[in-house]
Amino acid sequence: MSDFLLELRCEEIPARMQAGARAELEKLFRREMDASGVAVGELTVWSTPRRLALIARELPEATEAVSEEAKGPPVGAPDQAVDGFCRKNGVTRDDLEVRDVKGRETYFAVKNIPGRAMSDLLAEAIPAIIRDFSWPKSMRWGAASLSTESLRWVRPLSGIVAMLGSDVVKCEVDEFVSGRYTKGHRFHSRGLIEISDADTYAGNLREANVIVDHEERAAIIRKGAMKAAEAAGLKLVEDEGLVVENAGLTEWPVPLLGRFDEDFLGVPPEVIQLTARVNQKYFVCEDADGKLADAFICTANIEAVDPAVVVDGNRKVLAARLSDARFFWELDKKTPLEEHAKKLERITFHEKLGTVADKVERVAKLARWLVEEGIVGSNPTPATKSSVRPEPVEGRDGEAGQVRTSTSSARTVEELADLAEQAARLCKADLVTEMVGEFPELQGLMGGYYARAEGLPDEVADAIRDHYKPVGQGDNVPTAPLTVAVSLADKLDTMFSFFSVELYPTGSKDPFALRRAMLGIIATVLQSKLRVPITQIARAHYDLADGPLAWFLDFLDERLKVQQREAGVRHDLIDAVFALGGEDDLVRLLARVHALQAFIETDNGTNLLAGYKRAANILKKEEWDANAELSYTPEPAEKALIDALDVAEPQAATAIEAEDFAAAMSALASLRAPIDAFFEEVTVNDDDANKRNARLDLLARFRAAVHNVADFSKIEG
Amino acid sequence: MTDTPARNPQKSFQDMILALHDFWSANGCLILQPYDMRMGAGTFHTATTLRALGPEPWNAAFVQPCRRPTDGRYGENPNRLQHYYQYQVILKPSPSDIQELYLKSLEVIGIDPLKHDIRFVEDDWESPTLGAWGLGWEVWCDGMEVTQFTYFQQMGGFDCKPVAGELTYGLERLAMYIQGVDNVYDLDFNGQGVSYGEVFLENEKQMSKWNFEVADTDALFDLFNKAEAECKLSLANDVPIAAYEQAIEASHLFNLLQARGVISVQERASYMARVRDLARGSCEKYAELMTPQWQEKFPEWSL
Repeated sequence: MSDFLLELRCEEIPARMQAGARAELEKLFRREMDASGVAVGELTVWSTPRRLALIARELPEATEAVSEEAKGPPVGAPDQAVDGFCRKNGVTRDDLEVRDVKGRETYFAVKNIPGRAMSDLLAEAIPAIIRDFSWPKSMRWGAASLSTESLRWVRPLSGIVAMLGSDVVKCEVDEFVSGRYTKGHRFHSRGLIEISDADTYAGNLREANVIVDHEERAAIIRKGAMKAAEAAGLKLVEDEGLVVENAGLTEWPVPLLGRFDEDFLGVPPEVIQLTARVNQKYFVCEDADGKLADAFICTANIEAVDPAVVVDGNRKVLAARLSDARFFWELDKKTPLEEHAKKLERITFHEKLGTVADKVERVAKLARWLVEEGIVGSNPTPATKSSVRPEPVEGRDGEAGQVRTSTSSARTVEELADLAEQAARLCKADLVTEMVGEFPELQGLMGGYYARAEGLPDEVADAIRDHYKPVGQGDNVPTAPLTVAVSLADKLDTMFSFFSVELYPTGSKDPFALRRAMLGIIATVLQSKLRVPITQIARAHYDLADGPLAWFLDFLDERLKVQQREAGVRHDLIDAVFALGGEDDLVRLLARVHALQAFIETDNGTNLLAGYKRAANILKKEEWDANAELSYTPEPAEKALIDALDVAEPQAATAIEAEDFAAAMSALASLRAPIDAFFEEVTVNDDDANKRNARLDLLARFRAAVHNVADFSKIEG
Repeated sequence: MTDTPARNPQKSFQDMILALHDFWSANGCLILQPYDMRMGAGTFHTATTLRALGPEPWNAAFVQPCRRPTDGRYGENPNRLQHYYQYQVILKPSPSDIQELYLKSLEVIGIDPLKHDIRFVEDDWESPTLGAWGLGWEVWCDGMEVTQFTYFQQMGGFDCKPVAGELTYGLERLAMYIQGVDNVYDLDFNGQGVSYGEVFLENEKQMSKWNFEVADTDALFDLFNKAEAECKLSLANDVPIAAYEQAIEASHLFNLLQARGVISVQERASYMARVRDLARGSCEKYAELMTPQWQEKFPEWSL
């Protein structure tokens, strides 16, 4: 048994590609080993900007010899059959062996595959791995690139180390020959580093100022940045994405803290953080009050002779960046949002759907309507007396950009509608500002700042700021009425507009982020328990035809299942309620699902489901849909079921009408004992056709009664 | 007269340029002079674009003045200029030690990689105008981008065979960094007290005004159309280098029209497409015209 080490050294690999490259290396190595029948255990895969490394422990010295045999046609079979058999097994007729099978002489093809030395296998595997390696973008380079057939890699490849035990695995890929020498840190190490085996590899590199384990570098950055902040009496704003990125940019990370001119703190903190993060890959810090501090932490790739020099250089760059940001901030504020909004006429939303200005117009109308109709802004209607579970609260408290709830109780509906329309008209205006042009991810947020700066009401500014929310699982869901109105109108408009021109998300393709929009709608509606007549809006405001509408409702069902999965709601129960049709009120739908789930998990529920399935199976087998009169005296169990249905049916109907789904379930529960007894004591398939028909009818009635509450045929188990 | 004076790249803008010339000359580059036309980037120099095509080796270094009319700030911004210098190195095929060569060139002008944090950060390059793209990095020195480093993969819509490595140093920012100056106009130009501002401040003021306020837009539109016509005429007469010059001219005229704010968003795309057609057409024509010569020397090679 020997350990195998492979190092592929190249010029700087983009940080964002390193995780994918590690996975690709592992995948290709396993593929090669699988193909040779070599069992591979745990693999260690590391990356730095300048190398990918893989270590496979305890590979066998050689693969075992294998003998494969295949039974062919009997001796004397037509030539065609024998030749075909030979071709299939890659042997000649002379190679065939003849054996006795139950007294018949039969051809056998026997192939002996000899065992192969692991070093030979690896010498073939390495070039295959390099040639088949898939990068998001790859390139050619150097003299060999005179032909387009030359090797491709993410950046020029520089060397290959391949060792099995302490021996080099000899192989060649274009002009590269594998060996035992690598290079250390670009600046702290000179010359070649000799590697003796997999065990000492990481240590040898460490001596040459390279920490080859990416996770170790990430830990150094995480801890170092935190310490640097603490030493300055500050708190690091943690940013795991930045940790990983900096680990991908360094082989010897050294976090360093610097200060910038505190005058820049007049610029919104998100802008400073983003400038530092996106352009410079710096961390930022907070002071004791949780306010952004005038400090940054950069991650150098050297033990600088004088770290202060490095810090000062970085400080200057950040200052220049922040000057630009401040310039944009001051410039944008000189123009009111209403003026900015006029420029939206020049931005195409989608070629089939007009400009962003057109969209804004639609959103403004819909936002106003949602308020005027009392769908948004009035106190939420209690959906049911008892059965709605509290929604899980999404998002973390105290997060920057948290959705603030403004009190608008003092506003009349008309005032609120005016404000909703105003906020909607301005909500996209920041798209044409310099700042959002520079940092598209600040859309919404900047609009909110500019709105506040020009003295618009806080609720309007909040609505502009938060109307894109929630932008993903875990993001805060708006609850302030004005924000809800704009946010919902914006997302519904996006959905219905695209569906109206039959642009649907399909498979993995969702270029307009409609999945996210739909999840946003669902989360917002459920969070505030809004009774939104989705179908009515689709028809009345967007003229959605039946086809797209059906597609829309299916999509809603699918997204709802995804959204509810985390909350532990069973997808089959959502289907069971959705299958009833005509239900587009998410709050009511979910209340029903919750009640159903609570019921189905009880003993009564399980047994009723079993009874239902039994009844449904019998009816299906009989293809029963006739309707016979009862013309005999029913047996006691039969009578009991009829009586129970007489009571349960109206009870369930009334309960559903009142949206008291728990009561509807109770009504169903009352059928459990009678249906069990019925199956126990009554023969459905009676010789008397009258009885048989009447009993099938009774089962159909039972099935229908259950169906009025939910389509139990969709329920699993 | 003294003998060859010692270069002092850390104190003098011109010595920094001369030190780069010395270095790249010693490493096999032709030292060329700037192209005598207005252009937005050193990449437009024919020594880069046209020479990136074809199989023949080509190693050259030169300073190229760049004009970006919309970046003018009337001499009031400490690091934005409508006219500045790029230092271009083009190495074809890209040598296997190109990164080491580049880092040595930084040491030559006074950047010690154990004192300063040098990093290669992903930055791919694409110029739809030239039908060109490449992969590479922006090189950071203590967080500041000092060089664009690109391996050309395509030029004029053709695969680069072989690939050229292109280095573009931003000379003013590099000098500001080396001299420790926060305002470009405070750079010491010659190491003897003549400042960059003395050389260029008045130029920036007047040219910013001309770019933004004065230039006769009717004349610019007219010149654009004329350059386009001349380019097409040249292409029709198989002189693609002349056509390429007119494409560069049209490109700069378009930038001036942008600075004057007379091209609407809708029109912008159509003007860009016109410039792109001219530039790509010239590159294509040049490549086609040269192919027989190239194939004579490299029989295996095809466009």
